[in-house]
Amino acid sequence: MKIAKLNTYFWQGNEACAEAAIIAGCRFFAGYPITPASELFEHMAKRLPQVGGITIQMEDEMASLGAVIGASWTGNKAMTATSGPGFSLMQELIGYAFMTETPCVIADMQRVGPSTGQATKCGQGDVMQARWGTHGDYSAIVLAPNSVQEMFTLTIKAFNYAEKYRTPVILLADEIVAHMREQVTVPPIERIEIINRRKPKTGEKAFFGNEEVPPMPAVGEGYNVIVTGSTHDEYGVRSTANPIVHRRLVERLNNKIQNHAEEIADYESYNVDKCRIGIVAFGCTSRAIYEAAENAEKMGIKTGYVRLRTLWPFPEQIIRRLAKSAKKIIVPEMNLKQIFYEVERAAKGSAEIIPLNKIGGGELITPEELTAKIQEVAKEEKK
Amino acid sequence: MTQQFSIRKYLRDIEMPFCPGCGIFTVMNAFLKAVHELGHEDLSKFVFCSGIGCSAWIPSPHFIADSIHTPHGRSIPIATGVKLLRPDVNVVVFGGDGDIVGIGLSHFIHAARRNLDILVIMVNNMVYGMTGGQVAPTTPFKIKTTTTPYGSFEQPLDATRLAVAAGACYVSRWTTIHQNELRETIKKAMKMKGFRFIEAVSQCPTAFGRRVGFKDAGEMLKWFKENSVSIKQAEKLDEDKLAEKIVVGEFIQRQRPTFVDNVYKMIEEAQKIDEN
Ligand code: SF4
Repeated sequence: MKIAKLNTYFWQGNEACAEAAIIAGCRFFAGYPITPASELFEHMAKRLPQVGGITIQMEDEMASLGAVIGASWTGNKAMTATSGPGFSLMQELIGYAFMTETPCVIADMQRVGPSTGQATKCGQGDVMQARWGTHGDYSAIVLAPNSVQEMFTLTIKAFNYAEKYRTPVILLADEIVAHMREQVTVPPIERIEIINRRKPKTGEKAFFGNEEVPPMPAVGEGYNVIVTGSTHDEYGVRSTANPIVHRRLVERLNNKIQNHAEEIADYESYNVDKCRIGIVAFGCTSRAIYEAAENAEKMGIKTGYVRLRTLWPFPEQIIRRLAKSAKKIIVPEMNLKQIFYEVERAAKGSAEIIPLNKIGGGELITPEELTAKIQEVAKEEKK
Repeated sequence: MTQQFSIRKYLRDIEMPFCPGCGIFTVMNAFLKAVHELGHEDLSKFVFCSGIGCSAWIPSPHFIADSIHTPHGRSIPIATGVKLLRPDVNVVVFGGDGDIVGIGLSHFIHAARRNLDILVIMVNNMVYGMTGGQVAPTTPFKIKTTTTPYGSFEQPLDATRLAVAAGACYVSRWTTIHQNELRETIKKAMKMKGFRFIEAVSQCPTAFGRRVGFKDAGEMLKWFKENSVSIKQAEKLDEDKLAEKIVVGEFIQRQRPTFVDNVYKMIEEAQKIDEN
């Protein structure tokens, strides 16, 4: 099998991610083994050479992302995958990729932290690390799938955003979505949108400025490109003392993503404009919202929800809309309130935000637990 | 031979940040002269990677070439990605001792083990120069630095011998007093494949020499001259005597299958196996 064709497959999340990456054009993978992302690495090791690509195991996570960045500068699409502890190690080079505008995809299959935590169990504690993990001011694009099918579509999207915005993109999945097997439909290849980075036209030299997303040359093609993680002007020349050069660069890097936040914002929503109780969830936790909302409706509690597929930039408009009708919004998460405060911030006081948190042992928030919480909150509201 | 050698041909018109008397100028000159003597009119067949520290500034942004200036210690991993996808270009890493065998040590050993086809030129000034003279993994025992004000109480690392042990194809060490040897060894290394490592022991009059008591760069060069011994001479010295010497010469030259060749062979094999 070269590239997965129009068909229905029974894939594990990790496999779906690998197959989608190959369809998106990824031809280089460098990784370091870690649970629960190893199956993705192993699948890439088997599959990439079949399509002429390279998979290598590096000595650690820094080296892995380093090799990915080097590969990206040769004009190729490249990715790595890890979990919390490895993601922590990668932060240095995530900042570098952001500063040098290097397209790449980093899949983080979250487990329970901090530290080694519970290696084989599911958690959602990397939300803030994905947003603010590296130092300095930066804006990451972070996507969060909740099914194997979505692992497939969001992986392609991650590559497209990486190329379109010349930036690292984080695919923030979790152990459950990475490890479970589900049916995945691969659409006809010609119907899948694939975006490639813009290469410079002859004479173009401002590879790090002038435009919101400047063209990206490859090394070894005669552009004499200077790539540096230090503050640099539009030609790549270091300028480590000039406040104007720094402001112009870092503000553009942030704005090129923030100015398109609502375009990038991706979510599934239901009943947001006419509900009493709202739910905002993402990743594996959001799998409980359908049944819980249905149960609540049966009890006569009008429930609406927003299931986030983009965590960063945070989809504020849809939360604001939800907060206009729902008086109370429940935020279930397998962490201790990481998206909660974002929902609160976006709601701007229009609704009361109620946490529902569960950590450790990979125990999911069940539809029953969520239903019970909705009932409890609805009762409170009646009083 | 083509035109007269002119270092300017390869350099951007950007002011260099190096201190007067720094050995980095010698290494830069030796490298570019070697490039010239090998017949390269420009640096279009090269991609340079370097990390953080004074020596990392040799190629970036000064060389008129593609250069990737990476975070501290990560030049070799980034060079790995470049070389694997562009086996046709010469990938050269420049770095200091702190960068290459301090923070980047593991990458260094693994690249040598894999026999990644890159040339690593390590400028060893025995100190962290750019950050103001802190102890380095290569600082000689008892030498005073800003973080070892009573003298270093650690044993220094011999990066050259380590490269040999880890599997490098070509390894040599010279000092900045050995200008011709440096140039020749660079030329030789550039004509080879696999992992090639050159250690250039260099004077840092600012952050090292001044503190250790050398009046100027010239005195440091004299120190190099008086204390350099060849590998053959070194064999006859006992350990205590050897600790004060700089052993120079070609440590190894051998052929091993390279990482790039092995990776592409693996791809070929994988494509022969028909899955269905
Ligand atoms: S600090 Fe030392 S190594 Fe750095 S440029 Fe000055 S003399 Fe050279």
